[in-house]
Amino acid sequence: MDVVAALLNGILVALEPINLSLAIIGVIVGLFVGAMPGLGSVNGVAILLPFTFVIQNYTGGATSPMIFLAAIYYGAMYGGAISSITLGIPGASTAVATTFDGRPMALAGKAHVALVVAALASFVGGTVSNVLFTAFAPALASVALSFGDPEIFALMLLAFATFVGLGGDDIPKTIFSICIGLVLATVGFDIVSGEPRLIFFDLTGFTHGIRFLVLAIGVYGIGEMIWTINTSRYGNTMSKVDLRARNIWQAVKDFRHAWRGTAIGSLLGFFVGILPAAGATPGSLMSYGVAKMIAKDPRQFGKGAIDGIAAPESANNSASTGAMLPMMTLGIPGSPTTAVLLAGMVIWGLQPGPLLFTNQPEFVWPLIGSFYISNVIAVLVNLAFIPVFLWMLRMPFTILAPLIFVLSLVGVFAAYQDMFDVWLMVGVGVAAFFLRILDYPVAPAVLAIVLGPIAEPKLRQSLLFSDGDISIFFTRPIAGPITVIALILIFLPLMKIIRDKIRRTNKETA
Amino acid sequence: MRRAEIVTAVVLGIISIYLMWKSGEPPAWDPDVVRFANIGMIEGEGPGSGFWPFWLSLVMLICCIFIGVNWYRRSSPPSQSDEPFLDPYGKKMLLQVGGGLIGFLALIHVVGFYGGMFAFLLYYLRHLGRHSWKQTLSVAVGMPIISFFFFDISMRIVLPKGYLEPLFIPLYDIFL
Repeated sequence: MDVVAALLNGILVALEPINLSLAIIGVIVGLFVGAMPGLGSVNGVAILLPFTFVIQNYTGGATSPMIFLAAIYYGAMYGGAISSITLGIPGASTAVATTFDGRPMALAGKAHVALVVAALASFVGGTVSNVLFTAFAPALASVALSFGDPEIFALMLLAFATFVGLGGDDIPKTIFSICIGLVLATVGFDIVSGEPRLIFFDLTGFTHGIRFLVLAIGVYGIGEMIWTINTSRYGNTMSKVDLRARNIWQAVKDFRHAWRGTAIGSLLGFFVGILPAAGATPGSLMSYGVAKMIAKDPRQFGKGAIDGIAAPESANNSASTGAMLPMMTLGIPGSPTTAVLLAGMVIWGLQPGPLLFTNQPEFVWPLIGSFYISNVIAVLVNLAFIPVFLWMLRMPFTILAPLIFVLSLVGVFAAYQDMFDVWLMVGVGVAAFFLRILDYPVAPAVLAIVLGPIAEPKLRQSLLFSDGDISIFFTRPIAGPITVIALILIFLPLMKIIRDKIRRTNKETA
Repeated sequence: MRRAEIVTAVVLGIISIYLMWKSGEPPAWDPDVVRFANIGMIEGEGPGSGFWPFWLSLVMLICCIFIGVNWYRRSSPPSQSDEPFLDPYGKKMLLQVGGGLIGFLALIHVVGFYGGMFAFLLYYLRHLGRHSWKQTLSVAVGMPIISFFFFDISMRIVLPKGYLEPLFIPLYDIFL
């Protein structure tokens, strides 16, 4: 009952004019960044994070800026489908699976059905995940309250281990990416001993450390834009969308045939979203796969199956809320976007983690309330303004890209008023672009940069407590199993290689 | 792509060794402390200041060696690829876009953010985007104006203006 009362109270705060306005603006921005190929929720949230200082100055708290950024996150999950269906290129990686059936349906002259089904499935996915989040979050946070330094470090290790074991990228490159993120997070002064660390070439700009925004906007503002300019060199044809009221109503009625895909996506997406290395993209791909597997006629998948649109779209919305769960309750982000949100919480003066629920309920519950509100706003704005988003999709990238470059540079300068940071950000962006060409994953590095300043003190405190004995991570009842699972995940790829080798040898000898 | 893969692995390996060396740096104020004294456990203090970055940099170095092994065995996609690291379009794009960004940054020190912004948008939209003068000028002039009112006037965050500072004084008189 307490949860219901707190949630209702939170919804009322989220409905206050300032918060409601921010949620509407955030959803519109999110729909736009989600729909634009080359931009996703992480780009929108990272580039606009410096601008939330204005909101914080105006409202005097962290709730409204967070509602704004969370609404962008939400809107982007809806927006990705628009370009997947009408252009055949996913607006964001989270909408890749939507192209499989969305595009064929659009080419068959039913783009309006695909767009409406995507929006409604997203709404259902968002609603189901919000309910699950409300049910699980307070319970998980109260369990996490008993965690000490070894448990928190073990959780961080688990977060990184999932990238290695389940991420699907090149293993040495993933581990390199995690480690470089953690090392870059140590630049500046050591908070324990006060000694300067890694002040490269004695440049004073490094004494304050490498700021998260510099790296995040460098990677997602500059690097990603250069990457998109390099890869999206060929034009695309937009499908025609017939948006007469009669057609829309018919599409709404057709949505009832998508119940199976929507149900799978809503549930599977949420639980996949919780996993740190997973998030919305694998969640939607997995839901698509499961929906195809259990469909009455799987042959229709890839040719415009309604469940093939509903499953990934409900899953990416559900997973985005799922990814918020470890971020809010444990202080461990489940995706790059939630890593940026977590960094935002630190910048606004909050201490993420289980204590947030007990110490800052005035922040937590309005934010959860805003998830429900943003979900309703997103479906309404999405359905009502499809023609506007289609018009915006025609905006040439040669106008959008320079505007994003300008916003990135100005945003970082406005946040710290230091030209060193602006130069560093451009350098980071170009380096990220080169590394991405060679398949070095950047998401683990971004997560590591956020988690590094938390993980290092926890490890050092634990080792100080145990007098340097690492068995502390194995012998405690909660830390032990988590550390073991983390180690299994880290060595999982190695075990697969050994198993394959043994099988090959057995085949050869047979 | 194959050559780029090994060159990058070697460069990142060298960076890892540099980071290990740098992590073991003794504090400048205590000449008696030897290099690498801080990478292990310190009596009564727990792990030293270089512990975390040193061992992580070592892991980075080991990863680079593995990337090199995978390159030799041609088991990673870039090590099997015959495609160029950057094709002629990519090289040209990087020079034009990256050069434009460096130019923008350099210009900030001379004509400030707003002047640099105008020049960058003019260059990008007209030269790279081949947009009409009407479109180019509306964005190149509109963006600095919106930014000025947003940052300098409403947020009171003064962006650098370089040699164009005198031009802004009358605007401050009117709006502030």
